[in-house]
Amino acid sequence: MKALIKAFYESTRDLLPIVVVIAFFQLLVLQQPFPGLLKMLGGLLMVVLGLTLFVHGLRTGLFPIGETMAYDFARKGSLPWLLLFAFALGFGTTVAEPALIAVADEAAEVAANGGMIASTDSAMESYAHGLRMTVAVSVGFAIMLGVFRIIKGWPVQYLILGGYIGVLVMTMFAPQEIIGIAYDSGGVTTSTITVPLVTALGVGLASSIAGRNPMVDGFGLIAFASLTPMIFVMAYGIVL
Amino acid sequence: MTDWLLEFAGIFFDTVTDVLPIATILFGFQFLVIRRQIPHLYRILSGFFYVILGLAFFLMGLEQALFPVGKLMAQQLTDPHFLGIDVELYKETIATQWASYYWVYLFAFAIGFSTTIAEPSLIAVAIKANDVSGGNINPWGLRIAVAIGVALGISLGAFRIITGTPLHYYIISGYIVVMLQTMFAPRSIIALAYDSGGVTTSTVTVPLVAALGLGLSATVPGRNPMLDGFGLIAFASLFPIMSVMGYAQLGRWYAHRQQQKTEYNTEE
Repeated sequence: MKALIKAFYESTRDLLPIVVVIAFFQLLVLQQPFPGLLKMLGGLLMVVLGLTLFVHGLRTGLFPIGETMAYDFARKGSLPWLLLFAFALGFGTTVAEPALIAVADEAAEVAANGGMIASTDSAMESYAHGLRMTVAVSVGFAIMLGVFRIIKGWPVQYLILGGYIGVLVMTMFAPQEIIGIAYDSGGVTTSTITVPLVTALGVGLASSIAGRNPMVDGFGLIAFASLTPMIFVMAYGIVL
Repeated sequence: MTDWLLEFAGIFFDTVTDVLPIATILFGFQFLVIRRQIPHLYRILSGFFYVILGLAFFLMGLEQALFPVGKLMAQQLTDPHFLGIDVELYKETIATQWASYYWVYLFAFAIGFSTTIAEPSLIAVAIKANDVSGGNINPWGLRIAVAIGVALGISLGAFRIITGTPLHYYIISGYIVVMLQTMFAPRSIIALAYDSGGVTTSTVTVPLVAALGLGLSATVPGRNPMLDGFGLIAFASLFPIMSVMGYAQLGRWYAHRQQQKTEYNTEE
């Protein structure tokens, strides 16, 4: 019970800044009243309750399963299966991501306006679908590469530097219209459920392999997952 | 009440469909490849249920309480009439008027900071970092460092849309700064700092920031929402990397100074 009250307090504290910011701009800067104050308070209560439940589920569900699977894979010692799992996790969590679907549809519109593809519904749909698949494959590839890095113990910054160079080279050749979308696509791929799972997987792997430090080697998977989509999306823009 | 229930059921169902492919992959590999009983299976399943239920409440509450007013606010604040800018007068030279958009920068900063503090995936990473570092990394300090990074990033992104400078100049300079910082940052923070770039932009931040980008690019003369509306998310994922490494460097510098002070005192 005590833990629950503490969790509730923490969620309220986490939400407080947004409420202050919105209230400040609404009342003092725009000088307008709040529409439907009661409904808003009800909504805030739901946000706090939701955050509390989410964090509880994180500790009892998502973190333990990510770690258990990492330990089991490390003990089993089968690299191909582990890499396949990493790819499947990255691909599977990204392909159905609502934020990505929204971005892909917008990108199709930009491409049609820019004359890169025909302005028909079917052309735009196939463009958006192709883009989504590209991003999902790139995230799968990123998690796979990240897991391989943890096993090999390579320093994360060399791979990130390589990724940055990749982004820069692609930027020089990619059509102007796709650059903004490509840069943003890196940010939208990592959802609220993927992040805890992937983090637990990385940290679990790094703690169960001898000679790896979970702090130095365990993190970094998310970073790859937000870098590779930029490169792959610009490549998609060049090829089409 | 029935409306509410229907809406909640819809959001709950959407969340379940989001989680389903992930759960299939996890349990599929567990049963077919690892072939070992999951310890505390019941506890883990109930944890999944809490996550889904929590996210459903969270999203529904945001939709009801914050997103409509936040999005409207982004539109109103970017309106040239509100800002007192005569767009007819500055059609071609709007970039020279960048300072008149001060409310936009302040809003971008405040909304970037506050939404990041409430971002569930960042909470998850902060908890994990605290566990792994044996308490060395303060979750609250990490989250504030990330939030400051996002706040600066989004304000700068707003400045870029207003002045109309190309996105990749900023991103390339950002990459160079990140690489320079990497050379000097404590080794244990590097991977975490890179990760914090990716986690900042999800459920809470993206809708409000996207509304700001669209509002700005639609009202600043000469900007095209289709082209210039993008890019704020990219800023929001780049700047936390710098602020987290900066935070770690500051922490190390402070610890170093404290240590020197004690040494000095004992010498006396």
